[in-house]
Amino acid sequence: MVILRIAKKIAFGLGTLMSFNFCYAESIILQSTTSTKNSGFYDYILPMIKEDTGITVNVVAVGTGQAIKNAQRCDGDVLLVHAKAAEERFVSDGYGVKRFDLMFNDFVIVGPPGDPANITGSTDVSGALKSIASQQTPFASRGDNSGTHKAETKLWKISEIDPSKGSGMWYLETGSGMGSTLNIAVGKGAYVLSDRATWIKFGNKQNFKVHVQGDKRLFNQYGVTLINPTKCPNVKSKAGQKFISWLLSDKGQSAIESYTVGGNQLFFPNAQ
Amino acid sequence: MLINAFSDALTLIVSADSDLIEILLLSVKVSFSALAIAGILAMPLGTILAISHFSGRKLLITFLNAMMGLPPVVVGLFVYLMLSRSGPLGILELLYTPTAMIIAQVILIIPIVASLTYQVIEELNREYRDLFLSLKIGPQQAIFAYLWDARYSLFTTLLAGFGRAISEVGAVMIVGGNINHLTRIMTTAIALETSKGELSLALSLGIVLLTIALLVNAIVMSIKTFATEKGYV
Repeated sequence: MVILRIAKKIAFGLGTLMSFNFCYAESIILQSTTSTKNSGFYDYILPMIKEDTGITVNVVAVGTGQAIKNAQRCDGDVLLVHAKAAEERFVSDGYGVKRFDLMFNDFVIVGPPGDPANITGSTDVSGALKSIASQQTPFASRGDNSGTHKAETKLWKISEIDPSKGSGMWYLETGSGMGSTLNIAVGKGAYVLSDRATWIKFGNKQNFKVHVQGDKRLFNQYGVTLINPTKCPNVKSKAGQKFISWLLSDKGQSAIESYTVGGNQLFFPNAQ
Repeated sequence: MLINAFSDALTLIVSADSDLIEILLLSVKVSFSALAIAGILAMPLGTILAISHFSGRKLLITFLNAMMGLPPVVVGLFVYLMLSRSGPLGILELLYTPTAMIIAQVILIIPIVASLTYQVIEELNREYRDLFLSLKIGPQQAIFAYLWDARYSLFTTLLAGFGRAISEVGAVMIVGGNINHLTRIMTTAIALETSKGELSLALSLGIVLLTIALLVNAIVMSIKTFATEKGYV
Protein backbone atom coordinates (compact mmCIF):
# COMPACT_ATOMS: atom_id res chain seq x y z
CA MET A 1 0.00 0.00 0.00
CA VAL A 2 1.24 3.44 -0.92
CA ILE A 3 0.23 4.90 2.40
CA LEU A 4 2.12 2.31 4.37
CA ARG A 5 5.22 2.91 2.33
CA ILE A 6 4.92 6.63 2.97
CA ALA A 7 4.41 6.03 6.67
CA LYS A 8 7.56 3.93 6.70
CA LYS A 9 9.47 6.68 4.94
CA ILE A 10 8.26 9.25 7.45
CA ALA A 11 9.22 6.99 10.35
CA PHE A 12 12.66 6.49 8.85
CA GLY A 13 13.15 10.21 8.30
CA LEU A 14 12.08 10.82 11.85
CA GLY A 15 14.62 8.38 13.14
CA THR A 16 17.38 10.14 11.26
CA LEU A 17 16.22 13.50 12.52
CA MET A 18 16.17 12.33 16.10
CA SER A 19 19.45 10.49 15.96
CA PHE A 20 21.78 13.48 15.84
CA ASN A 21 24.12 13.13 18.68
CA PHE A 22 23.38 14.98 21.90
CA CYS A 23 26.08 13.30 23.95
CA TYR A 24 29.38 14.86 24.93
CA ALA A 25 32.42 13.16 26.39
CA GLU A 26 32.27 14.99 29.70
CA SER A 27 29.93 17.88 30.23
CA ILE A 28 28.42 19.66 33.17
CA ILE A 29 25.53 22.04 33.53
CA LEU A 30 26.34 25.34 35.16
CA GLN A 31 23.41 27.19 36.70
CA SER A 32 24.60 30.74 36.40
CA THR A 33 23.72 34.36 36.87
CA THR A 34 23.23 36.33 33.66
CA SER A 35 25.95 38.93 34.13
CA THR A 36 28.80 36.45 33.66
CA LYS A 37 27.21 35.33 30.40
CA ASN A 38 26.08 38.67 28.96
CA SER A 39 29.51 40.16 29.62
CA GLY A 40 31.13 37.57 27.36
CA PHE A 41 33.06 36.09 30.30
CA TYR A 42 32.13 32.49 29.53
CA ASP A 43 32.96 32.81 25.83
CA TYR A 44 36.42 33.83 27.00
CA ILE A 45 37.05 31.37 29.83
CA LEU A 46 35.22 28.16 28.87
CA PRO A 47 37.46 27.30 25.90
CA MET A 48 40.48 27.45 28.25
CA ILE A 49 38.74 25.12 30.70
CA LYS A 50 37.83 22.77 27.87
CA GLU A 51 41.46 22.68 26.78
CA ASP A 52 42.89 22.07 30.25
CA THR A 53 40.31 19.68 31.69
CA GLY A 54 38.37 18.37 28.68
CA ILE A 55 35.12 19.40 30.33
CA THR A 56 32.37 21.02 28.28
CA VAL A 57 30.48 23.48 30.43
CA ASN A 58 26.87 24.06 29.39
CA VAL A 59 25.72 27.36 30.81
CA VAL A 60 22.12 28.00 31.76
CA ALA A 61 22.05 31.72 32.47
CA VAL A 62 19.08 32.92 34.51
CA GLY A 63 18.75 35.30 37.44
CA THR A 64 20.50 34.28 40.67
CA GLY A 65 17.19 33.51 42.38
CA GLN A 66 16.04 31.23 39.59
CA ALA A 67 19.48 29.60 39.29
CA ILE A 68 19.37 28.66 42.98
CA LYS A 69 15.81 27.31 42.62
CA ASN A 70 16.85 25.23 39.59
CA ALA A 71 19.86 23.92 41.49
CA GLN A 72 17.61 22.94 44.41
CA ARG A 73 15.66 20.81 41.94
CA CYS A 74 19.00 19.15 41.03
CA ASP A 75 18.94 20.60 37.51
CA GLY A 76 22.62 21.35 37.31
CA ASP A 77 26.03 20.38 38.61
CA VAL A 78 27.58 23.68 39.64
CA LEU A 79 26.09 26.99 40.77
CA LEU A 80 27.80 30.31 39.97
CA VAL A 81 25.84 33.30 41.27
CA HIS A 82 26.22 36.52 43.25
CA ALA A 83 24.13 36.58 46.41
CA LYS A 84 26.32 35.47 49.27
CA ALA A 85 23.63 35.17 51.92
CA ALA A 86 21.35 33.11 49.67
CA GLU A 87 24.28 30.92 48.59
CA GLU A 88 25.25 30.25 52.19
CA ARG A 89 21.67 29.29 52.96
CA PHE A 90 21.77 26.99 49.92
CA VAL A 91 24.79 25.22 51.41
CA SER A 92 23.51 25.10 54.98
CA ASP A 93 20.22 23.62 53.76
CA GLY A 94 22.27 20.77 52.32
CA TYR A 95 21.87 21.59 48.62
CA GLY A 96 25.48 22.64 48.12
CA VAL A 97 28.76 21.04 49.18
CA LYS A 98 30.78 24.17 49.88
CA ARG A 99 30.70 27.74 48.65
CA PHE A 100 33.87 29.48 47.47
CA ASP A 101 34.46 33.16 46.86
CA LEU A 102 35.48 33.41 43.22
CA MET A 103 35.71 37.02 42.12
CA PHE A 104 34.09 40.39 42.56
CA ASN A 105 33.25 43.58 40.80
CA ASP A 106 30.84 46.34 41.74
CA PHE A 107 27.41 47.72 41.06
CA VAL A 108 26.91 51.12 39.51
CA ILE A 109 23.89 53.41 39.16
CA VAL A 110 23.38 54.17 35.51
CA GLY A 111 21.07 56.92 34.34
CA PRO A 112 20.09 59.40 31.64
CA PRO A 113 22.61 62.03 30.51
CA GLY A 114 20.45 64.90 31.82
CA ASP A 115 20.72 63.50 35.38
CA PRO A 116 17.28 64.71 36.62
CA ALA A 117 17.97 63.56 40.20
CA ASN A 118 21.25 65.44 40.25
CA ILE A 119 23.35 62.57 41.59
CA THR A 120 26.22 62.40 39.15
CA GLY A 121 29.67 62.03 40.68
CA SER A 122 28.23 60.95 44.03
CA THR A 123 29.96 58.15 45.92
CA ASP A 124 27.13 57.93 48.45
CA VAL A 125 24.61 55.44 47.15
CA SER A 126 22.09 56.12 49.94
CA GLY A 127 22.09 59.82 49.20
CA ALA A 128 21.60 59.12 45.51
CA LEU A 129 18.67 56.77 46.11
CA LYS A 130 17.06 59.26 48.50
CA SER A 131 17.33 61.95 45.88
CA ILE A 132 15.82 59.67 43.21
CA ALA A 133 12.93 58.72 45.52
CA SER A 134 12.19 62.24 46.76
CA GLN A 135 12.07 63.64 43.25
CA GLN A 136 10.26 60.55 42.00
CA THR A 137 12.49 60.28 38.95
CA PRO A 138 11.96 56.97 37.16
CA PHE A 139 14.01 54.04 38.47
CA ALA A 140 13.98 50.63 36.79
CA SER A 141 14.28 47.68 39.15
CA ARG A 142 14.92 44.05 38.16
CA GLY A 143 12.10 42.88 40.44
CA ASP A 144 13.02 39.24 39.75
CA ASN A 145 14.73 38.14 42.96
CA SER A 146 18.08 38.04 41.14
CA GLY A 147 21.41 38.81 42.79
CA THR A 148 21.29 42.38 41.55
CA HIS A 149 17.69 42.75 42.72
CA LYS A 150 18.60 41.47 46.18
CA ALA A 151 21.48 43.95 46.31
CA GLU A 152 19.18 46.77 45.22
CA THR A 153 16.55 45.85 47.82
CA LYS A 154 19.23 45.92 50.49
CA LEU A 155 20.40 49.37 49.37
CA TRP A 156 16.86 50.80 49.58
CA LYS A 157 16.55 49.33 53.05
CA ILE A 158 19.85 50.87 54.18
CA SER A 159 18.58 54.17 52.80
CA GLU A 160 15.31 53.73 54.76
CA ILE A 161 13.14 54.10 51.69
CA ASP A 162 10.27 51.86 50.64
CA PRO A 163 10.21 52.21 46.85
CA SER A 164 7.23 49.86 46.48
CA LYS A 165 4.97 52.83 47.27
CA GLY A 166 6.02 54.30 43.94
CA SER A 167 5.62 51.03 42.08
CA GLY A 168 4.11 51.59 38.66
CA MET A 169 4.61 55.34 38.95
CA TRP A 170 8.31 56.10 39.21
CA TYR A 171 9.55 52.72 40.52
CA LEU A 172 9.39 50.31 37.58
CA GLU A 173 9.71 46.63 38.45
CA THR A 174 10.54 44.98 35.14
CA GLY A 175 10.65 41.39 36.33
CA SER A 176 13.27 40.63 33.69
CA GLY A 177 17.00 40.15 33.25
CA MET A 178 19.68 42.82 33.57
CA GLY A 179 19.91 43.45 29.83
CA SER A 180 16.16 43.76 29.35
CA THR A 181 15.95 46.04 32.36
CA LEU A 182 18.71 48.23 30.93
CA ASN A 183 16.79 48.39 27.65
CA ILE A 184 13.68 49.51 29.57
CA ALA A 185 15.65 52.07 31.59
CA VAL A 186 17.13 53.53 28.41
CA GLY A 187 13.69 53.64 26.81
CA LYS A 188 12.05 55.26 29.84
CA GLY A 189 14.87 57.61 30.80
CA ALA A 190 15.13 55.84 34.15
CA TYR A 191 17.99 55.23 36.56
CA VAL A 192 18.95 51.63 37.14
CA LEU A 193 21.31 49.61 39.31
CA SER A 194 23.51 47.34 37.19
CA ASP A 195 26.58 45.23 37.73
CA ARG A 196 29.50 46.91 36.02
CA ALA A 197 30.34 43.98 33.75
CA THR A 198 26.92 43.86 32.07
CA TRP A 199 26.90 47.65 31.72
CA ILE A 200 30.33 47.83 30.08
CA LYS A 201 29.43 45.16 27.55
CA PHE A 202 25.88 46.45 26.98
CA GLY A 203 25.31 47.43 23.36
CA ASN A 204 22.32 49.80 23.62
CA LYS A 205 23.76 52.47 25.97
CA GLN A 206 22.66 55.44 23.84
CA ASN A 207 23.81 58.46 25.92
CA PHE A 208 23.34 56.79 29.29
CA LYS A 209 26.26 56.79 31.65
CA VAL A 210 27.41 55.76 35.12
CA HIS A 211 26.37 58.36 37.70
CA VAL A 212 27.16 56.71 41.03
CA GLN A 213 30.07 54.40 41.78
CA GLY A 214 32.79 53.79 44.32
CA ASP A 215 30.62 53.31 47.44
CA LYS A 216 31.79 50.35 49.55
CA ARG A 217 28.18 49.16 49.72
CA LEU A 218 28.17 48.60 45.95
CA PHE A 219 30.52 45.63 46.31
CA ASN A 220 29.41 42.60 44.28
CA GLN A 221 30.81 39.18 45.22
CA TYR A 222 30.49 36.11 42.99
CA GLY A 223 30.64 32.64 44.46
CA VAL A 224 30.82 29.12 43.10
CA THR A 225 29.28 26.02 44.69
CA LEU A 226 29.18 22.35 43.79
CA ILE A 227 25.66 20.98 44.03
CA ASN A 228 25.49 18.30 46.69
CA PRO A 229 25.61 14.76 45.27
CA THR A 230 24.08 13.31 48.44
CA LYS A 231 20.97 15.42 47.79
CA CYS A 232 21.14 15.07 44.00
CA PRO A 233 22.65 11.69 43.06
CA ASN A 234 22.86 12.66 39.38
CA VAL A 235 25.33 15.47 40.00
CA LYS A 236 28.57 14.98 38.12
CA SER A 237 30.58 15.84 41.16
CA LYS A 238 33.99 14.84 39.80
CA ALA A 239 33.76 17.00 36.69
CA GLY A 240 32.04 19.76 38.66
CA GLN A 241 34.80 19.76 41.26
CA LYS A 242 37.45 19.82 38.53
CA PHE A 243 35.76 22.87 37.02
CA ILE A 244 35.63 24.65 40.37
CA SER A 245 39.23 23.77 41.19
CA TRP A 246 40.34 25.20 37.86
CA LEU A 247 38.55 28.48 38.51
CA LEU A 248 40.06 28.75 42.00
CA SER A 249 43.57 27.79 40.87
CA ASP A 250 46.27 30.38 40.18
CA LYS A 251 45.79 29.81 36.49
CA GLY A 252 42.03 30.31 36.68
CA GLN A 253 42.34 33.36 38.85
CA SER A 254 44.86 35.02 36.57
CA ALA A 255 42.67 34.17 33.57
CA ILE A 256 39.79 36.00 35.29
CA GLU A 257 42.11 38.92 36.01
CA SER A 258 43.16 39.31 32.40
CA TYR A 259 39.64 39.41 30.92
CA THR A 260 38.99 42.91 29.67
CA VAL A 261 36.40 44.60 27.48
CA GLY A 262 37.47 47.84 25.83
CA GLY A 263 40.39 48.13 28.24
CA ASN A 264 38.20 47.63 31.33
CA GLN A 265 38.79 44.70 33.64
CA LEU A 266 35.35 43.19 34.36
CA PHE A 267 35.98 40.77 37.25
CA PHE A 268 38.53 40.84 40.05
CA PRO A 269 39.59 37.40 41.29
CA ASN A 270 39.54 36.92 45.07
CA ALA A 271 39.53 33.20 45.80
CA GLN A 272 41.03 32.40 49.17
CA MET B 1 18.65 50.85 12.87
CA LEU B 2 16.28 49.11 10.44
CA ILE B 3 18.49 49.64 7.43
CA ASN B 4 21.50 48.54 9.46
CA ALA B 5 19.68 45.41 10.50
CA PHE B 6 18.81 44.54 6.91
CA SER B 7 22.37 44.99 5.71
CA ASP B 8 23.65 43.07 8.75
CA ALA B 9 21.22 40.26 8.00
CA LEU B 10 22.44 40.13 4.42
CA THR B 11 26.07 40.05 5.57
CA LEU B 12 25.24 37.28 8.05
CA ILE B 13 23.62 35.16 5.37
CA VAL B 14 26.27 35.79 2.74
CA SER B 15 29.20 35.21 5.10
CA ALA B 16 27.57 31.93 6.24
CA ASP B 17 28.86 32.49 9.76
CA SER B 18 29.39 29.02 11.23
CA ASP B 19 27.71 29.84 14.55
CA LEU B 20 24.69 31.21 12.73
CA ILE B 21 24.45 28.15 10.51
CA GLU B 22 24.63 25.89 13.57
CA ILE B 23 21.87 27.83 15.33
CA LEU B 24 19.74 27.93 12.21
CA LEU B 25 20.11 24.22 11.54
CA LEU B 26 19.19 23.35 15.11
CA SER B 27 16.10 25.59 14.89
CA VAL B 28 14.96 23.85 11.73
CA LYS B 29 15.80 20.35 13.02
CA VAL B 30 13.95 20.85 16.29
CA SER B 31 10.87 22.35 14.68
CA PHE B 32 10.68 19.84 11.83
CA SER B 33 11.09 16.93 14.26
CA ALA B 34 8.34 18.37 16.42
CA LEU B 35 6.16 18.88 13.35
CA ALA B 36 6.73 15.31 12.13
CA ILE B 37 5.83 13.80 15.49
CA ALA B 38 2.88 16.10 16.04
CA GLY B 39 1.68 15.40 12.50
CA ILE B 40 1.77 11.64 12.95
CA LEU B 41 -0.19 11.92 16.19
CA ALA B 42 -2.51 14.80 15.44
CA MET B 43 -3.60 14.20 11.86
CA PRO B 44 -5.18 10.80 12.56
CA LEU B 45 -6.65 12.28 15.73
CA GLY B 46 -8.23 15.15 13.80
CA THR B 47 -9.57 12.69 11.22
CA ILE B 48 -11.08 10.41 13.84
CA LEU B 49 -12.78 13.42 15.40
CA ALA B 50 -14.17 14.41 12.01
CA ILE B 51 -15.57 11.06 10.91
CA SER B 52 -16.65 9.30 14.06
CA HIS B 53 -19.32 9.80 16.66
CA PHE B 54 -18.66 9.10 20.28
CA SER B 55 -19.72 10.80 23.46
CA GLY B 56 -17.35 13.53 24.51
CA ARG B 57 -16.35 14.19 20.92
CA LYS B 58 -17.68 17.76 20.90
CA LEU B 59 -16.00 18.38 24.22
CA LEU B 60 -12.67 17.12 22.90
CA ILE B 61 -12.96 19.34 19.82
CA THR B 62 -13.71 22.38 21.95
CA PHE B 63 -10.79 21.49 24.19
CA LEU B 64 -8.39 21.16 21.25
CA ASN B 65 -9.58 24.46 19.80
CA ALA B 66 -8.96 26.18 23.11
CA MET B 67 -5.53 24.56 23.39
CA MET B 68 -4.50 26.26 20.14
CA GLY B 69 -3.95 29.33 22.30
CA LEU B 70 -1.83 27.50 24.84
CA PRO B 71 0.81 29.91 26.20
CA PRO B 72 4.26 28.56 25.34
CA VAL B 73 5.65 29.59 28.74
CA VAL B 74 3.10 27.39 30.48
CA VAL B 75 4.00 24.44 28.25
CA GLY B 76 7.68 25.12 28.93
CA LEU B 77 7.07 25.18 32.65
CA PHE B 78 5.06 21.96 32.53
CA VAL B 79 7.71 20.12 30.48
CA TYR B 80 10.43 21.53 32.73
CA LEU B 81 8.76 20.19 35.87
CA MET B 82 8.27 16.81 34.19
CA LEU B 83 11.87 16.53 32.98
CA SER B 84 13.57 18.14 35.97
CA ARG B 85 15.91 15.77 37.77
CA SER B 86 13.54 16.01 40.71
CA GLY B 87 10.49 15.50 38.47
CA PRO B 88 8.78 12.25 37.46
CA LEU B 89 10.79 11.85 34.22
CA GLY B 90 14.05 13.20 35.60
CA ILE B 91 15.70 9.82 35.22
CA LEU B 92 15.71 10.30 31.43
CA GLU B 93 18.17 13.20 31.78
CA LEU B 94 16.43 15.07 28.99
CA LEU B 95 16.30 18.58 30.44
CA TYR B 96 18.46 21.11 28.57
CA THR B 97 18.67 18.96 25.44
CA PRO B 98 17.18 19.46 21.96
CA THR B 99 14.89 16.50 22.69
CA ALA B 100 13.29 18.47 25.53
CA MET B 101 12.69 21.32 23.11
CA ILE B 102 11.09 18.94 20.61
CA ILE B 103 8.77 17.59 23.31
CA ALA B 104 7.65 21.08 24.28
CA GLN B 105 7.00 22.03 20.67
CA VAL B 106 5.09 18.80 20.01
CA ILE B 107 2.72 19.66 22.85
CA LEU B 108 2.34 23.18 21.49
CA ILE B 109 1.47 22.22 17.93
CA ILE B 110 -0.62 19.07 18.38
CA PRO B 111 -3.79 21.10 19.08
CA ILE B 112 -3.21 23.27 16.02
CA VAL B 113 -2.60 20.39 13.64
CA ALA B 114 -5.44 18.30 15.09
CA SER B 115 -7.99 21.12 15.01
CA LEU B 116 -7.15 22.23 11.50
CA THR B 117 -7.08 18.62 10.24
CA TYR B 118 -10.49 18.13 11.78
CA GLN B 119 -11.84 21.08 9.81
CA VAL B 120 -10.36 19.89 6.52
CA ILE B 121 -11.53 16.30 6.90
CA GLU B 122 -14.98 17.21 8.14
CA GLU B 123 -15.62 18.95 4.83
CA LEU B 124 -14.38 15.95 2.90
CA ASN B 125 -16.43 13.60 5.04
CA ARG B 126 -19.69 15.06 3.72
CA GLU B 127 -18.62 14.06 0.23
CA TYR B 128 -17.23 10.61 1.02
CA ARG B 129 -19.37 9.31 3.84
CA ASP B 130 -22.06 7.61 1.79
CA LEU B 131 -19.60 6.16 -0.69
CA PHE B 132 -17.46 4.64 2.07
CA LEU B 133 -20.58 3.31 3.78
CA SER B 134 -21.77 1.61 0.61
CA LEU B 135 -18.32 0.13 -0.03
CA LYS B 136 -18.14 -1.07 3.59
CA ILE B 137 -14.73 0.51 4.10
CA GLY B 138 -13.33 0.03 7.58
CA PRO B 139 -12.34 2.96 9.79
CA GLN B 140 -8.60 2.36 9.53
CA GLN B 141 -8.67 2.36 5.77
CA ALA B 142 -10.99 5.35 5.77
CA ILE B 143 -8.60 7.40 7.90
CA PHE B 144 -5.73 6.74 5.48
CA ALA B 145 -7.92 7.46 2.49
CA TYR B 146 -9.12 10.77 3.92
CA LEU B 147 -5.61 11.89 4.86
CA TRP B 148 -4.26 10.86 1.49
CA ASP B 149 -6.95 12.63 -0.51
CA ALA B 150 -6.69 15.76 1.59
CA ARG B 151 -2.89 15.78 1.55
CA TYR B 152 -2.47 19.05 -0.29
CA SER B 153 -5.01 20.87 1.88
CA LEU B 154 -3.24 19.45 4.92
CA PHE B 155 -0.02 21.17 3.86
CA THR B 156 -1.49 24.44 5.09
CA THR B 157 -2.32 22.75 8.38
CA LEU B 158 1.27 21.60 8.76
CA LEU B 159 2.54 25.05 7.83
CA ALA B 160 0.49 26.57 10.63
CA GLY B 161 2.06 24.09 13.04
CA PHE B 162 5.54 24.76 11.71
CA GLY B 163 5.02 28.51 12.01
CA ARG B 164 4.07 28.14 15.65
CA ALA B 165 7.04 25.87 16.39
CA ILE B 166 9.77 27.86 14.66
CA SER B 167 8.67 31.22 16.08
CA GLU B 168 8.16 30.12 19.66
CA VAL B 169 10.61 31.23 22.37
CA GLY B 170 8.98 30.90 25.79
CA ALA B 171 8.93 27.12 26.03
CA VAL B 172 12.29 26.32 24.46
CA MET B 173 14.01 28.93 26.61
CA ILE B 174 12.88 27.15 29.78
CA VAL B 175 13.43 23.53 28.75
CA GLY B 176 16.43 24.11 26.47
CA GLY B 177 18.24 26.68 28.57
CA ASN B 178 19.62 28.54 25.52
CA ILE B 179 22.98 26.76 25.93
CA ASN B 180 25.57 27.81 23.38
CA HIS B 181 26.38 25.06 20.84
CA LEU B 182 23.82 22.75 22.43
CA THR B 183 20.33 24.20 22.67
CA ARG B 184 20.61 27.70 21.24
CA ILE B 185 18.15 28.28 18.42
CA MET B 186 17.15 31.36 16.45
CA THR B 187 14.46 32.66 18.79
CA THR B 188 16.48 32.21 21.97
CA ALA B 189 19.51 33.77 20.28
CA ILE B 190 17.34 36.77 19.37
CA ALA B 191 16.17 37.04 22.99
CA LEU B 192 19.78 36.83 24.19
CA GLU B 193 21.08 39.51 21.81
CA THR B 194 18.17 41.76 22.78
CA SER B 195 19.07 41.37 26.44
CA LYS B 196 22.69 42.24 25.61
CA GLY B 197 21.41 45.43 24.00
CA GLU B 198 22.67 44.29 20.58
CA LEU B 199 19.39 45.32 19.03
CA SER B 200 20.61 45.57 15.47
CA LEU B 201 22.12 42.07 15.57
CA ALA B 202 18.93 40.75 17.21
CA LEU B 203 16.81 42.28 14.48
CA SER B 204 19.02 40.91 11.72
CA LEU B 205 18.70 37.42 13.25
CA GLY B 206 14.96 38.01 13.16
CA ILE B 207 15.16 38.83 9.48
CA VAL B 208 17.12 35.65 8.81
CA LEU B 209 14.46 33.63 10.68
CA LEU B 210 11.73 35.32 8.68
CA THR B 211 13.55 34.46 5.45
CA ILE B 212 13.64 30.79 6.41
CA ALA B 213 9.93 30.83 7.24
CA LEU B 214 9.19 32.49 3.90
CA LEU B 215 11.29 29.92 2.08
CA VAL B 216 9.49 26.98 3.70
CA ASN B 217 6.13 28.52 2.91
CA ALA B 218 7.09 29.25 -0.67
CA ILE B 219 8.25 25.67 -1.26
CA VAL B 220 5.09 24.17 0.20
CA MET B 221 2.84 26.57 -1.67
CA SER B 222 4.54 25.86 -4.98
CA ILE B 223 4.08 22.12 -4.45
CA LYS B 224 0.43 22.77 -3.78
CA THR B 225 0.03 24.96 -6.85
CA PHE B 226 1.81 22.39 -8.98
CA ALA B 227 -0.48 19.65 -7.70
CA THR B 228 -3.59 21.74 -8.34
CA GLU B 229 -2.55 22.44 -11.90
CA LYS B 230 -1.88 18.78 -12.54
CA GLY B 231 -5.33 18.03 -11.23
CA TYR B 232 -4.28 15.95 -8.20
CA VAL B 233 -6.59 17.92 -5.96
